Amino acid sequence: MMSFLDATRNGGLLVYRRLEQLFDKPFDAALNPWRHLGALGFLFFWIIAVSGVYLYIVLDTSASGAYRSIDWLTHQQWYLGGVLRSLHRYAADAFIVVTLLHVLREFLLGHYSGFCRFSWLTGVPLLWFMYISGIEGFWLNWDSLGQFSAVATTEWLDSLGIFATPMTRNFLGNAAVNDRLFSLLVFIHIGVPLLLLFGLWFHIQRISHAGVFPPRPLALGTFASLLILALAVPVVSQAPADLAVVPGPLPLDWFYLFPHPLMYATSPGSVWALVVTATLLLFLLPFLPRPRGYAAQPIAQVHPSDCNGCRRCFDDCPYAAITMIPHPNGRMQLAEVIPDLCASCGICAGSCPSATPFRSVSDLVTGIDMPQLPIGALRQALQDQLDTLQGDNRIVVFGCDQGARMDTLAGKNVATISLICTGMLPPSFIEYALRYGAAGVLLTGCRPDGCAFRLGSRWTEERLHGTREPHLRASVDRLRICIAWADRGEEKTLHNALEDFRNRIAAHDHALI
Amino acid sequence: MTMLSSKPFAWIAWVAQGLLYALFALGIATFSSWPHYRQLPAGQALIKLSFTHTGKRVADCVQRTPAELAKLSPNMRAPLQCPRERSPVIVEVDLDGTLAYRHVAEPSGLSRDGASTVYRRLQVPADQHRLAVRLKDNTRSAGFDYNRTETLTLKPGQILVIDFDAEKGQITFI
Ligand code: HEM
Ligand code: SF4
Ligand code: SF4
Repeated sequence: MMSFLDATRNGGLLVYRRLEQLFDKPFDAALNPWRHLGALGFLFFWIIAVSGVYLYIVLDTSASGAYRSIDWLTHQQWYLGGVLRSLHRYAADAFIVVTLLHVLREFLLGHYSGFCRFSWLTGVPLLWFMYISGIEGFWLNWDSLGQFSAVATTEWLDSLGIFATPMTRNFLGNAAVNDRLFSLLVFIHIGVPLLLLFGLWFHIQRISHAGVFPPRPLALGTFASLLILALAVPVVSQAPADLAVVPGPLPLDWFYLFPHPLMYATSPGSVWALVVTATLLLFLLPFLPRPRGYAAQPIAQVHPSDCNGCRRCFDDCPYAAITMIPHPNGRMQLAEVIPDLCASCGICAGSCPSATPFRSVSDLVTGIDMPQLPIGALRQALQDQLDTLQGDNRIVVFGCDQGARMDTLAGKNVATISLICTGMLPPSFIEYALRYGAAGVLLTGCRPDGCAFRLGSRWTEERLHGTREPHLRASVDRLRICIAWADRGEEKTLHNALEDFRNRIAAHDHALI
Repeated sequence: MTMLSSKPFAWIAWVAQGLLYALFALGIATFSSWPHYRQLPAGQALIKLSFTHTGKRVADCVQRTPAELAKLSPNMRAPLQCPRERSPVIVEVDLDGTLAYRHVAEPSGLSRDGASTVYRRLQVPADQHRLAVRLKDNTRSAGFDYNRTETLTLKPGQILVIDFDAEKGQITFI
């Protein structure tokens, strides 16, 4: 079971990565929608919320008036109400699409167990909230589509046999649908999205600096596409609901309403079985044995004697796994790692001011460190590699275990050092390498919006640009540094980047002579 | 410092982006309303049999004798003892002379004292039909307690609701 799951996941990941990289070309990695699926979900949520407020203001919440008031928007006020109505619907459709893809992506990346368990588990109920509010939204309009969905849904609910009075009886005849029922429907359609919003807040609790809004150009492009769609193909109502007849062929919204045809093609029981199994599987996934290759890693370790309480690791940890507590010496604060939340990424080690290779202590102990790859050992490895480099234009490549593989880069004049995450590298190591024999330093790792540990590549860039501590000193020659992000599978890109960089350095040095 | 990933935007990238956005919008628009779904095939009509009805008690209330009453604790001394259990409701529907549906709806509730519920969709060709509905809500009566037979014409797509009006004590066709 486990190996089958692993194999499917890995196969799927390969295909997914291909697709993602394909989009990197036109969009650039930073704006690639595949890398911002959760953030796009938030964007669609806000579009739905804002357009929804307007619709609520003009909606006549009586059984007989709802259809008329929405139809009026569509035709008489097409330029505002009509557009907002279409945006409301299309954004809801897009919301489902990006969310399902978001779940797929997180699944393929194995982000469902360990330190991701909380995000995963809090995500599952959101799917229910989305479907409940979405499906029910179709009823408010009370056209034949809403009628079909309401009847199908209540038949499905009644199949459980738990309601004293069957829900279907609310939709038996036109007289049964009264204003009180309609007020209840409106209440649900507002209440459940509020629950969703609260759930979303919960969902990103354990993630620091969560990307809850897409980068502006992506947000604008996405909004513009929906707006053009809303103008070009406005959403219109079907005929008013009439419970005395079964609606003829209906233009179904398959994103939300697919369970209805499925139920009529099979049975209410099989749709229940499907829904319950899917929910249970999603809930149980985090408790299955961890995927192979994700064996538990030692977590970050704090050395109180070397921690000055600067809070940098606290700010940089992508998973909010660090808290600050009073230092035993009583004068300052001390970092403390929450074991359950720690992803063992090492990013905190890269942010600690004590993690500089220039310190003269022979046994380099830092404020916070990774037992499996301590900063002291890293300095030793760098020194050893620098000593063995031969030839001109010696280059040190710092990369990570998650991004493009570096084995093919090795050569007499290339040293490669793989970190847990590139964000683990204290910038002073670059200066150190350049001072002790390297002509250039190349940094690689996952592309910024695909970083396996979310923020490693981003923090690295900011530290090198001097906008985040610890920063790379201004005096270090920037011409001798190159950043070439490359995901797993982009080994060739990385290889070419290294060749390019080497040539540039050679030209640079030649000019100096 | 060289940043390999921040390459300048070529016009072709803009065009490709535009196309991908368009594809996205097209996908949303398409499955937001297509393919059409038809629940009921053309030329068919639907009969919905739906009611919630509480059957008669399975036994009459009995008068307790003074001796029986004396045995009960003071707060329980009700002179009438009424069994709570209700009869199941049996329903039969004949369509054009043949039995199309028969169901025994058990009373709800742990002590079987609640209403019996029936919901059933019967798909029929839109045409003239002779419909006979029988309902029995009392285990102690002989035969069916309520009957209704009618010949009616159903139009394509029409929904005929068969309900039971407990107040009037009659089966209704709406
Ligand atoms: C209602 C729709 C949802 C929205 C809008 C949403 C949004 C987000 C956002 C903004 C993040 C932070 C991403 C980042 O900054 O790195 C995130 C993370 C995550 N989401 Fe969702 N999410 C939704 C539903 C779900 C569902 C249904 C699941 C799974 C069942 C899920 C699983 C996860 C996981 C595992 C992470 C952690 C990713 C990581 O650790 O890198 N989400 N989500
Ligand atoms: S190793 Fe990563 S997740 Fe753990 S405390 Fe350090 S930065 Fe946070
Ligand atoms: S970055 Fe280092 S010194 Fe600063 S709080 Fe964290 S462990 Fe302590």
